[in-house]
Amino acid sequence: MEASEILKQFSDVWELRHEYAKDWKRRTGGKVVGYFCTYEPEEVLYAANVLPVRILGGHEAPTLATPHMFDMWCPFSRDCLNQGLQGKYDYLDGIMATNCCLHPRQAFGAWTIHVPTPWNYWFTMPNAVRSPRAKKFLRGELEDFKKAIEAWTGAKITDKELDEGIDIMNTNRRLMKQVYELRKADNPPLTGTEAMTMVWASQLMDKREHNDLLKQLVTGLPQRKLERDTGVRLMIVGSENDDRPFMEMVESVGGTFVIEDHCTGSRYFWDEVVPDKDRLQAIANRYCDRVPCPNKDWGMEDISRKRFAHILQLAKDYRVQGAILIQQKFCDPHELDIPSLRRFLEDNGIPCYFLEFEVTVPVGQFRIRVEAFLEQIQAEELFV
Amino acid sequence: MAKYKTKGLDCWNRAKELRANYYKDYKEAHDRGALRWEGGAWSFDAVPQALEGEVRGLTEEPYGASVGADPEMQVRYQEAAEGKWGCARDLCAYLRNYWGSIVLNEFAFGGEWPKADFIFQNHICCSHAKWLQVADEIEGGDIPFFCFDAGAGAYDKIGERQINYVVEQLHDGIDFLEKVTKRKIVDEKLIQNVKNTYDSACYWAKTCELNQAVPAPLDEKTMFSLYVLGTLEKSNKDIAHFYKNLLYPEVKERVANKIAAVADEQCRVLGDSQPPWGFLRIFRYLEKYGIVSVASLYTFSLIGWWKIDKAGKLVPYPTLEEQGITIKDRDHALKLLAEGELKGKLMWAPFYGAKYKNDIVTRIAKQWKCDASIIHLNRGCEGTAQHQMEMKIAVQKLGLPVMTFEGNMADEREFDEGRTKRFIDLFVTETLGLKKVAA
Repeated sequence: MEASEILKQFSDVWELRHEYAKDWKRRTGGKVVGYFCTYEPEEVLYAANVLPVRILGGHEAPTLATPHMFDMWCPFSRDCLNQGLQGKYDYLDGIMATNCCLHPRQAFGAWTIHVPTPWNYWFTMPNAVRSPRAKKFLRGELEDFKKAIEAWTGAKITDKELDEGIDIMNTNRRLMKQVYELRKADNPPLTGTEAMTMVWASQLMDKREHNDLLKQLVTGLPQRKLERDTGVRLMIVGSENDDRPFMEMVESVGGTFVIEDHCTGSRYFWDEVVPDKDRLQAIANRYCDRVPCPNKDWGMEDISRKRFAHILQLAKDYRVQGAILIQQKFCDPHELDIPSLRRFLEDNGIPCYFLEFEVTVPVGQFRIRVEAFLEQIQAEELFV
Repeated sequence: MAKYKTKGLDCWNRAKELRANYYKDYKEAHDRGALRWEGGAWSFDAVPQALEGEVRGLTEEPYGASVGADPEMQVRYQEAAEGKWGCARDLCAYLRNYWGSIVLNEFAFGGEWPKADFIFQNHICCSHAKWLQVADEIEGGDIPFFCFDAGAGAYDKIGERQINYVVEQLHDGIDFLEKVTKRKIVDEKLIQNVKNTYDSACYWAKTCELNQAVPAPLDEKTMFSLYVLGTLEKSNKDIAHFYKNLLYPEVKERVANKIAAVADEQCRVLGDSQPPWGFLRIFRYLEKYGIVSVASLYTFSLIGWWKIDKAGKLVPYPTLEEQGITIKDRDHALKLLAEGELKGKLMWAPFYGAKYKNDIVTRIAKQWKCDASIIHLNRGCEGTAQHQMEMKIAVQKLGLPVMTFEGNMADEREFDEGRTKRFIDLFVTETLGLKKVAA
């Protein structure tokens, strides 16, 4: 299959996510679990042949959610709950959440009361991921999680199945990283929007099927030539982002997102599980060692942020000329980091521009602001 | 003529004195060769306070609340945090007060910002670790920092593994404290501090339990000024003594003698979250209608420890004496400390789901004989504002009328006093059918 066709398939899954999941259930007879945060260990779900589906934005006014979450909660979380209340996820067999930021926890809390879902699970992911105590604790939580799934599905999860779960996830991560490697080129063979759509699809579809498509994509993509000027090489950093109209708009006015740091982008898949005889410990190690969400980005004994150095390295590797920092309105973890991140990137020669996202973004207004930012970057280059 | 007798608390001035001394001692600590540390109201102060010699802490939330009680100062501090540091104005209002204070190099209790010698923090809500991570950064990044994770699960999921997770981190914390201060942790002090923590947390809960009486011996506005001592330093012997030997016996006596907080009590209200600190007069406004706010999960369990007994009642967590426990050594002390906090601080339960909050607040509403609920939808603190709309629905299902109003505990720019009073008038007269009982 042509690279463009594969990318189109990812886009179709993103647009028709519910139809995909319902069809998957019909085809496989398996169970589907919705999740809110990428700290939820999909390896164990795949080991049990359960399809994890991330609850992503619907980008419609979350009117049904308002009686359950007043409007100081992040629009993304209200949007997620809204879709649950609308019945869009009526095919879910389960819903789970974890110690992420407080906002999705509100959505999960209301979901468990008002959206009929047969099974729900709270997964206690440590906050202090850099504490030497976190990995052991998380292993215990994974053990409990595994037992809970076994009790729910009525089937024991064997080591072999855990190995398969790890392999499915690791393969997916490795292949997406190979695709991302191609974005380092002067003229990347895919846009930032396409790259992120690939990641969104990964969070929505069976990764075994996603992997099959990725294997074809990494073969075909190097030959793909885009009929567009790359323009300014941009990075986008911040809160959960599945706002395709915004991404497309930026890439239509003279910029290309060559890399990003989002939980719906590279941060989701950057780190693999390093296999170990103790499978659950191996999974625990990965979730503690991964590029952290800002919520968990603090040392037990120091104030450094692991993510900042990672972002800077990405900026260098992908030859980024400017960074757009975005946050969902009311997103505390990113609000807490953004003033420092902005200083850090600017001190390292990367100009930044900040934008606040809502359920729907004012694309027209943002276009003018983004164009001004791109002009500023290009103007600076004229005088170098 | 008033329905009940009323009078002020005899121990009131002692509470004020303890609070004033706390900030004065922190400010002057270096003059006496004492150490200063920054942390949070939930930081397990028993541990750093067990260091050799004199040690004084500054807890971030009560400090932010103190600033919040002075709207002029609060706006100035927040604008400094927002304008000079560049943070979003919807972050925790206490946090912005705190950062602004550092940015302006001003201490709300007078003088320059008193820089700490180390940070000993814990993390459970989004902001805790990040709050002092950034504070440290604003202050130059040279304050030794330690932060442990208390998010080990809801009270009914706490077992040995969860307790050990926290205890192991506390042992790491002790290594950190000894390394950065070059002082030793004194085990006798630690053991005493843990005993004091139990007394503060359990006797505050026992005091709140007394508010089930009709008339209520305390109103929430008064309780705010009383629980605060436990948010400053609940391991302190004077504070533990205050709760155990002054406040609790006095409130017990008030119940025995039917001394009311509000002389014309005719309606008992369930609250939630912090109030708008600069506008506590809204509670006095409610009193004109004979309304007394008697209970909230927040006021009860910010420092208080509780449990649900076999009969399904919310009861104070047992003290060490009641459990017949004698602390043997350091590890035992840390285990008991972690166990009390993880199992007893029911206010942490909503971090793990709305059902927990609904379950606890509906028990409170029944046991404390609430007639209605007034919920401050607090835009300033997501931790305490969790699941407030679900709580509203749950309380309504009990048959209680509920009023909500939006505001902010410590950002006066987000609170409309006139509008809130108009809401109250409407709710009280139209929904509750009450008339004013006082001018």
